[in-house]
Amino acid sequence: MNEIATPSPAALDVPRAPALRRYGVPVLVFAAFALAPIAAAQGAEGYILSLLTRVMIFAIAAMSLDLILGYGALVSFGHAAFLGIGAYAVGILASHGIESALVQLLAALGASALFALVTGAISMRTKGVYFIMITLAFGQMLYFLATSLSAYGGDDGLTLPSRSLLFGANLLKGDHAFYYAVLGCLLGCYLLCRSVVASRFGRVLRGAKENAVRMQAIGFAPYRFQLGAYVLAGTLCGLAGFLLANQTEFVSPAYMTWQRSGELIVVVVLGGLASLHGAIIGAAAFLLLEEVLSGYTEHWKMIFGPLLVLVVLYARGGILGMMGGRHG
Amino acid sequence: MADAILRLEGLRKAYGALKVTDDVTLDVRPGELHAIIGPNGAGKTTLIHQVSGLAASDSGRILFDSADVTRLTMAQRVHRGLARSFQITSILPGFSALENVALAVQARSGSSFRLFGDASRERGLNEEAMSYLAQVGLGHRAIIPSGQLSHGEKRGLELAIALATRPMLLLLDEPLAGTGHEESERVVETLRGLKGRYTIVLIEHDMNAVFSLADRVSVLVYGRVIATGRPDEVRANPEVRAAYLGEEAA
Repeated sequence: MNEIATPSPAALDVPRAPALRRYGVPVLVFAAFALAPIAAAQGAEGYILSLLTRVMIFAIAAMSLDLILGYGALVSFGHAAFLGIGAYAVGILASHGIESALVQLLAALGASALFALVTGAISMRTKGVYFIMITLAFGQMLYFLATSLSAYGGDDGLTLPSRSLLFGANLLKGDHAFYYAVLGCLLGCYLLCRSVVASRFGRVLRGAKENAVRMQAIGFAPYRFQLGAYVLAGTLCGLAGFLLANQTEFVSPAYMTWQRSGELIVVVVLGGLASLHGAIIGAAAFLLLEEVLSGYTEHWKMIFGPLLVLVVLYARGGILGMMGGRHG
Repeated sequence: MADAILRLEGLRKAYGALKVTDDVTLDVRPGELHAIIGPNGAGKTTLIHQVSGLAASDSGRILFDSADVTRLTMAQRVHRGLARSFQITSILPGFSALENVALAVQARSGSSFRLFGDASRERGLNEEAMSYLAQVGLGHRAIIPSGQLSHGEKRGLELAIALATRPMLLLLDEPLAGTGHEESERVVETLRGLKGRYTIVLIEHDMNAVFSLADRVSVLVYGRVIATGRPDEVRANPEVRAAYLGEEAA
């Protein structure tokens, strides 16, 4: 028996990558977003702000997916449903004259959480391919429900009278104000997810991803933790939906097509699974590539597809992995 | 508590026509090290799966600490003090050895539905986990990702994880499986240290280990218990010799 006489407290701490590698990339990413409007002022400001706002909104959606996909190995193919729920919460309430951001936001988050709880409780009873199929099915159900809501535009969607009102005033109207509001949401989501992943809860979630039987054999019921993560992820994606509706001032079933769910998976894998800020980088890469490539050809996915294949084949950690950033 | 901490009554399990567990009735007394031996395919691991809750039983009852646990999940049985190890190493390879054990400590100390605070830095969890690692001689390997430990060290880690659940009874499924000579001696020493402090049900192929460690031995053949008794009684039992020991001890 090789016994260590009272191990020093420092020895008990899990070793960490140097601070620069742990925090370097995320700090750079957020600094870039914070300063981008200044740079944008030199050129096509409206266009750049709007594109970056869109990037951040998709980053929130993708990051929420990373929480269950990257840390829980739950491949949800219906995550865009929550974008739709968040967006329709804004659209439906606004069409009834309720334009308070607070009320709309609460409705968006509440409806997303409820939908996640109900569909998650059912989906989680399946594994693997069946889980993918059942989440896809729930997503499609919601999509077709939205297309059939003729009172709220049906297939065509509906246009919002304006952005949501904060304290009764149109504070989110300006592009800069809205940009920084979205950046604040992205930062908040990132810090929350970062905390959750390292917490007791997150450790159980990560453990269940590695070996669910082992987790049961030490007394955990992984189902409850996976369902909890699913509800949290759905709620955060509902926030993204709320922001998306506000940015475009338009709500449509197109927000929750299964192709959109697929794109979210692509964004997470492209950026780097199980890293959270990888989802931000992935969203930026995806939307900027779309922007650039679609300038050359409308069949831009013919170029994007092979790029994705290369990333998956040669850079398992996604873009973040290629950058040598912290992973896991 | 009656004279048995674990009592199996008429336990059965069949896969199709194959009776893997066939009317097993068995008592395990508090504090004893009870070995279950039997030829390959006798149904030893299935029996452990049934007792631990990983596999459901077709019929029969499992009484643990005077309560019927037959219908409880594995996690629920763990909380009652029934812990197990696995024949095929089952750890979280991406977690450090320390975190593997700390998770087991976490499972029974406070809520795990906490979304804030870095779990890997919870001193209380880590210090207790460290004490279990030290018990199996892995104190100096705590921060190594457990996937990188040697096979023998992983076997030790499995034990430490089981101990960290603070069990009343340990179900050990071939803790020596696949270990080399030196490693197996180390694990046997560890088991000797645990003996008496925990009630242990041990499945093991290594007869030297079984007969040097066990207080009582049950012999399982084709899903049936054909004998139970002290090691010397079992060794002398003609039925056992014919069915099992004869092959190896000849």
